Amino acid sequence: MLIQMFFWSLAAVLLGASIGVITSRNPVFSALYLVLAFFTSAVMWLLIEAEFLAVVLVLVYVGAVMVLFLFVVMMIDINTEELRKGFTRFAPVGGFVALVVAVELITVFLVRNSGLPVLSNPPPHPEGYSNTKELGAVLYTEHVYAFELASFILLLAIIAAIVLTMRKRPGLKVQNIARQVAVRRQDRVRLVSMEAEKD
Amino acid sequence: MLTLANYLSVSAVLFSVSVAGIFLNRKNVILLLMCIELMLLSVNFNFIAFSRFLGNTDGQIFVFFILTVAAAEAAIGLAILVVLFRSKRTINVEDLDVMKG
Repeated sequence: MLIQMFFWSLAAVLLGASIGVITSRNPVFSALYLVLAFFTSAVMWLLIEAEFLAVVLVLVYVGAVMVLFLFVVMMIDINTEELRKGFTRFAPVGGFVALVVAVELITVFLVRNSGLPVLSNPPPHPEGYSNTKELGAVLYTEHVYAFELASFILLLAIIAAIVLTMRKRPGLKVQNIARQVAVRRQDRVRLVSMEAEKD
Repeated sequence: MLTLANYLSVSAVLFSVSVAGIFLNRKNVILLLMCIELMLLSVNFNFIAFSRFLGNTDGQIFVFFILTVAAAEAAIGLAILVVLFRSKRTINVEDLDVMKG
């Protein structure tokens, strides 16, 4: 009973945060609400003993992706008022579609019995059980090709992001190291002998 | 005790909120990307709940790969956004219509 109350309060925080994401005036607040949503979901994943993924969610999403989002949001200067035009005009349509989607999804699993062998009350894992170990045991054996592909996708993302954002600015003053190193004394120094001036 | 239906309903509502977000913020590319992240999160919820209640770890492996792909997608998406803003000084979707026939 206690765990159920905890679950529903977490669910309320998650929904509040996600509504905050989509309705905030300032995109910075949207990003921060998204951080809250990710944190809350990590705790909800801990409740059903998916510890490794909960930690990965916090590390990867809160630590990397959301920081990237915040960087971009703060770096580019956007006129939010212009972007929010039509917000109220589309609110009824958006709300209606969202309601339909939610009702459809919930009826699918409340009304129809899928026939899956769903455990109504899975037993908690024994003491000393490691979720990380269990995932690693199948990740590096059964799913090893998918793992290699994932690493390739990440490499692709690195290269794509760098290539996209790199720019060459003409007229920039840069040092030419090779020419600096190759310079000799006779190129630069000129000894002049001149008469001392007398007045 | 927690049931599968609890998790599935939370994920369904989260998904529908993010669908509404795409409708509401259809001019702001950054918020569209954030709504896509929320959608992926709700899908991950489904995978993890099914993995737990079917006693099968494959769902968690799938979530691992979804997180990888989503991180790559966010990085490339934001890079495109920065390039777009640099050349057009706007991220309004309605101003990005150069490909219109």
